Amino acid sequence: MPINQKCKIIKKEFLKDDICKMVISSPEMAKGAKPGQFLEIRVVDNIEPLLRRPISIYNADEQKGELEFIFQLKGKGTYLLAKRNEGELLDVIGPIGYGTFKLEEYKNISIIGGGIGIFPLQELSKRAKQAGINSKIYIGFRSKDLVILENEFKQVCDELILTTDDGTYGKEGYSINYLKEDVKKNNPDCIYACGPLPMLKAIQSFSKEENIPCQISLEERMACGMGVCLGCAVKYVGSDKVNYKHVCKNGPVFNANDVEI
Amino acid sequence: MNTEINFCGMKMKNPITVASGTFGYGREVAEYIDLNKLGGICTKGTSLKLKDGNKPPRVCETASGMLNAIGLQNPGVEYFMQYDLPWLRKFDTNIIVNACGSSIDEYVELAKILNTLDIDAVELNLSCPNVKAGCMAFGTSYEGVKEVTTQVKKVLTSKPLIVKLTPNVTDITQPAKGAEDAGADGVSLINTLLGMKIDIDKKRPVLANNTGGLSGPAIMPVAVRMVYQVAQAVNIPILGLGGITTGEDVIEFMLAGATAVSIGTGNFIAPDISIKAIEGVENYMKKHNIENITDIIGKVQMN
Repeated sequence: MPINQKCKIIKKEFLKDDICKMVISSPEMAKGAKPGQFLEIRVVDNIEPLLRRPISIYNADEQKGELEFIFQLKGKGTYLLAKRNEGELLDVIGPIGYGTFKLEEYKNISIIGGGIGIFPLQELSKRAKQAGINSKIYIGFRSKDLVILENEFKQVCDELILTTDDGTYGKEGYSINYLKEDVKKNNPDCIYACGPLPMLKAIQSFSKEENIPCQISLEERMACGMGVCLGCAVKYVGSDKVNYKHVCKNGPVFNANDVEI
Repeated sequence: MNTEINFCGMKMKNPITVASGTFGYGREVAEYIDLNKLGGICTKGTSLKLKDGNKPPRVCETASGMLNAIGLQNPGVEYFMQYDLPWLRKFDTNIIVNACGSSIDEYVELAKILNTLDIDAVELNLSCPNVKAGCMAFGTSYEGVKEVTTQVKKVLTSKPLIVKLTPNVTDITQPAKGAEDAGADGVSLINTLLGMKIDIDKKRPVLANNTGGLSGPAIMPVAVRMVYQVAQAVNIPILGLGGITTGEDVIEFMLAGATAVSIGTGNFIAPDISIKAIEGVENYMKKHNIENITDIIGKVQMN
């Protein structure tokens, strides 16, 4: 169940010039958080910018009672958020989303992320490792200078395949191509994906062809994050008798076969 | 100190309601606040049959505001009756059902059903700018509003009728008078202002619907002006809304002539914003030694 809280910023760190990591204190949220969930953060206590910013949970540390999230500085909201200082209180609603990554009883999984879409995959990968699930992680970036969190992901999987589109670091090409090759050999029980839309579309059609369960994390412009504005609609083609579901309430993670993206 | 008001025959513990389309049917926000504290709840716009709503993107942020083109997604009145109303009725607050339709017949059919329900009032939505038929199409003229309101009033015999007006007109007093002349018990204003936001990289509007309704603090001065104008033009009470986020904002609307108010987009930024606004109103009353909140309605003095 999400709650609305003022959370102290414990730590702020720039992983790149435009990538910021924050650690906030919230024992309640850290305890309840599930992989794939996100936070709705009010970047300033003001009416400009008006709306909260949805940012995924990178790591939930239940023992310390802390949540970590990483975001790219893209617009006025994220720039203002990155200016907030350690010790200040941040108005946060979370953890949000009833549709989360589910590990089920799987023994062998593949996790694929692209660019800044890799952030919510850390918590999932960590849980998979804790559960003793065999996992292969594929993370792709456009170029060497955009590569982040390589070590952090290495630590939470059995094998990390890192790619760059231009081949300046790691393996060359799209990560999905390496996943496709491997799938024929290692036959994973499930594929988990988060990243740019073209990547998700490719994963969606591939998993359907191969008949492998696939869970994808989606984003859509939203206002409230509570399920009342009905802004973050996703075309739903699954078994429930509705045509739209919502990222904040029913997602952000969906079975790939249930949505039209 | 008394914050109670009477709006269209409804007794409200305070003048603060939450606006249609910003609060669902109450369930989600009830996880954060005590609904018993609210003067009333205007439900999500509800139609005779289920409506899917528009394609995404449906919302985007603008300067101190936002655009939406949800397209009245709602489960339909039957679902509301069975699933939401019994739950909502458990709270000690007024239930105002926002009713929308794409033709006069639809409004009338819906009103017949609403007339039989255990609700406190109906808010007739003649102002949603984001659907192809109905709603705002009826709401922009004296005649249009009068015609729909007259037909609905014939069948809605046991509930107060509030007509929700669109600001997308040259003279807001015209549709307001149309509502009054047709026997409406009150008017609510304003709904959203029609707007558009362009993605300059894609050279396309951000919203899939191209245009959407502008809401939030950015529109409040327009809303206050229109509430004032309507208060001068009609004798039925006004539910004022448009950009309210604080108790001070509520006071502005009441001074302009609103008997009650709705908080809309503010609910999206803070689920407890309505509760804080009630506290803000009480603080204002203390500061200015106001015994009854009704004493300030329409008390603005023009320069």
